[in-house]
Amino acid sequence: MIPRPFEYHAPTSVDDAIRLLGDYGDSAKLLAGGHSLLPMMKLRFASPDHLIDLNRIPSLKYIEQEGNEIRIGAMTCENDLIWSTLLKEKVPLIVETAGLISDPQVRYKGTIGGDISHGDPGCDHPALMLCLGASFVLRGPNGERVVPADGYFLGTYYTAIEPNEIMTEIRIPIPPAGSGWCYSKLKRKTGDFATAASAVLLQMSGDIVNNVSIGLTNVAPTALKAKEAEKALLGKRLDDTAIEAAAQAAMKICDPAEDLRGSVEYKTAMAGEMTRRALRTAAARAKR
Amino acid sequence: MMAKKTLVNFKLNGSEAFVAVEPRELLIHTLREKCAHTGPHIGCETTHCGACTVDFNGISVKSCTLLTVQADGAEVITIEGIAGKAKTGETLHALQEGFTQEHGLQCGFCTPGMITRAYRLLQENPNPTDEQVRYWMAGNLCRCTGYQNIVKAIQYAARKLRGEPVETSHPLLEEINKEAATA
Repeated sequence: MIPRPFEYHAPTSVDDAIRLLGDYGDSAKLLAGGHSLLPMMKLRFASPDHLIDLNRIPSLKYIEQEGNEIRIGAMTCENDLIWSTLLKEKVPLIVETAGLISDPQVRYKGTIGGDISHGDPGCDHPALMLCLGASFVLRGPNGERVVPADGYFLGTYYTAIEPNEIMTEIRIPIPPAGSGWCYSKLKRKTGDFATAASAVLLQMSGDIVNNVSIGLTNVAPTALKAKEAEKALLGKRLDDTAIEAAAQAAMKICDPAEDLRGSVEYKTAMAGEMTRRALRTAAARAKR
Repeated sequence: MMAKKTLVNFKLNGSEAFVAVEPRELLIHTLREKCAHTGPHIGCETTHCGACTVDFNGISVKSCTLLTVQADGAEVITIEGIAGKAKTGETLHALQEGFTQEHGLQCGFCTPGMITRAYRLLQENPNPTDEQVRYWMAGNLCRCTGYQNIVKAIQYAARKLRGEPVETSHPLLEEINKEAATA
């Protein structure tokens, strides 16, 4: 399987990449890790005339702390997220999630920015970003803008990024010390997308839920923020009744497509179960 | 659209490789058809099986999901180059020895990818647990062995590379060592 012919460009700076995007517009695609785009090109689901490879822009690979935020360069690969001691200490939820993505070889190439920009509801970072309250830095010919994750994902393969923009950075507010976290993902095998997955970030005061955030993967045309499920928990004692209410509220917003991973009912039920599990694990990890 | 060819230069197992390719050519095809390195195999061609795994600038990649033009200036190691990474005076790399000793293969189709991937794994973690070996080898599929002996083979190599004693009882290894001694 070989993609359709295209012209290849390998800019070494973000400015050059933006200029190329401006020159070729809709006929161009950005190549990050390539592990979604190249398979799509082989299958003719995508056939850009121009491919702009971002792999030779070293300034897009970093993980650093800036005040109360973690900033991650868009071309940082999944294995680097897994191995980051800074993330392990400050946002272990990202480390846990990255470790559940695909397989080792794919994680060396697959990038956080590519995963988010692709707009595939099966990708894991979108739900994670909703859960963490992240924002994205998009750079275009007229400068930079910062957009929140909530509202960014508009549809399958459809996000708020403009055709002349490049995602350069992901900004994540560092969760308060003592937060509980969990990414609970059901997949049929290594390398598969989630049948359903749930990302939970939780802060407790004693037995009472002080703050909670829930993101869902692959159970709708986009990743979802389960706001009603969060409301069902806020200020409540985190017991079986509250967890069940949250799971039911999460299932209510699911709108999955039936495929080889299961029926609509099954996937919805699994979104509920992943939410229950993620809540229990997050609760066990949270400091009271 | 005109399929313009690009000249790409990379290091393949330590030697310079120059190829003229269309941008759409995948690295696995270049390696096998232009560079005559048929060690990396084409299994699924869809990034699943890992049979085409090569070492690329110090990471393991599935060469069916990388464009050859992306390899310009890169350092590529395939199974053909692994023996060259053996300790001086030894014919086989510890991994090749391990896969022989522990019967880490039956049909052998997945083996080049397995060994090339394990080569990088042991660089990153010279002392892995069995569980870590399984987790970090999960991008390579084998339909014969059930993985048990692959894990054993990698642990054999890990022990040997750490300088710990290993038991070599395989008749083939005796033969190879004898040949090496007389050569």
